[in-house]
Amino acid sequence: MATGTEPPDTEPHTLRGGVRSPARAAITAPHLRTDRWWLAPAATTAGLLAFVVYSTWRAFANTHYYAAPYVSPFYSPCLARNCETMQAGPNYDLFGGWWVISPAIIILIFPLGFRLTCYYYRKAYYRGFWASPPACAVAEPHKKYTGETRFPLILQNVHRYFFYAAILVAGVLTYDTVLAFRDQHYRWGHMGLGTLVFLLNIVLIWAYTISCHSCRHIVGGKLKHFSKHPVRYRFWQFVSRLNARHMQLAWASLFSVALADFYVFLVASGAFDDPRFF
Amino acid sequence: MSSYEARFKVWRGDAQGGGLEDFEVEVNDGEVVLDIIHRLQATQAPDLAVRWNCKAGKCGSCSAEINGRPRLMCMTRMSVFTREETVTVTPLRTFPVIRDLVTDVGYNYTKAREVPSFVPPAGLGPGEYRMFQEDVDRPQEFRKCIECFLCQDVCHVVRDHEDNKRAYAGPRFLMRVAELDMHPLDAAAETGLDRKRAAQDDHGLGYCNITKCCTEVCPEGIRITDNALIPLKERAVDRKYDPLVWLGSKIRRRSS
Repeated sequence: MATGTEPPDTEPHTLRGGVRSPARAAITAPHLRTDRWWLAPAATTAGLLAFVVYSTWRAFANTHYYAAPYVSPFYSPCLARNCETMQAGPNYDLFGGWWVISPAIIILIFPLGFRLTCYYYRKAYYRGFWASPPACAVAEPHKKYTGETRFPLILQNVHRYFFYAAILVAGVLTYDTVLAFRDQHYRWGHMGLGTLVFLLNIVLIWAYTISCHSCRHIVGGKLKHFSKHPVRYRFWQFVSRLNARHMQLAWASLFSVALADFYVFLVASGAFDDPRFF
Repeated sequence: MSSYEARFKVWRGDAQGGGLEDFEVEVNDGEVVLDIIHRLQATQAPDLAVRWNCKAGKCGSCSAEINGRPRLMCMTRMSVFTREETVTVTPLRTFPVIRDLVTDVGYNYTKAREVPSFVPPAGLGPGEYRMFQEDVDRPQEFRKCIECFLCQDVCHVVRDHEDNKRAYAGPRFLMRVAELDMHPLDAAAETGLDRKRAAQDDHGLGYCNITKCCTEVCPEGIRITDNALIPLKERAVDRKYDPLVWLGSKIRRRSS
């Protein structure tokens, strides 16, 4: 029956998938968002790409990573014979002389794996790089989707093991920060601008590592009865508060670790003199 | 009190087809999108189909997509749009359309029935349940859900892939699994029901790639991803992918 209010331009259904599936409202546009939905994934992609380019250059450069008393976090601990000598530093000839490429590659696999499998970074790169989805209610371009149900993405479930490794790496970087309270002649009780950079970095690294969702689960989230485990409940509450800032901490620690490395690069290459406070 | 004429595009049609229809309609201070839809019904489109009930953001009936974003019409103030902006209102685009702004959300009820319900603890009758507040804080957050199904609508796993509807329960019902698994008195494990394993095997938890759109659209502000889906993923890892946890549980079981 004609009501006089029929839509003037009727779109017939087309046999396609997703939001254009036959039974759904016939709208051909993949999305109707009018805000700048592309800004967040574009900024995320740009930020991550910048870090990937910078860290790849520095990891393979194999130069200017040590300027007493500072060692770049990309090269710590340094586990091959071709490492620079660091007095009381985090170098140990574990891999021997056969390792001829940059020793950074040995250790970077752990923080890289921790961040690659991190629940925040997964969101960031699924959205930014893989457009799955590019933004909420914006149709993704892929025909098939199996998520994290099969290889290789099912390997994201190993995140907690990279968390354990990240704890060890953060411990070594803490040791490096303590060593930064020496001067260039290895005398204790000194402090320079680099020490401050290292302090900022290690605080952010620990905050990011501890705020991890796997950590939250391990310290108490897996429990059914918090009331029977009051100490773990306190830990869980503390980690939960940090966890609410996990994204911000992920970005801040990514920036700080690059800053700490770049600072060492500037001092080691002679482009900048480390200002000493005392 | 000021008023103005707003431009609206409202999707009209049914399963056979349809399209966006233009309207100019009066808007007054303090009104929400649902008020404007009602004014359209009253003045220009008396047969416009829309589902609504409480007008207070508590019944979850008036879910729609406004300028492409899944929202409750009753909780979307007109003041968030500029007066020059055209406001586009469409039905939820993940579910089959019935007519105009009304969709068939039966998929959600099917998935709800697939989640095994709360298993009462043995030896306790109604009125005898005693729980500590810290033990029920987590499930209580999830009980705020009003079942508007905006999270189900926005989840790209089913929104962009119709064929995944068979295997994937969606964020709302994975949250229900998490709620029951965290419930201090749920005795499912004692009856042989492993909710952690079932989340992965029966409800498609692995399809979720934690891109957080469910959390972004939740009108109740439930942190679905951080507090339900990721903890549930970690619990599933305990059961299926962590050899140390598996070994530990074997040793404990043998010693007890």
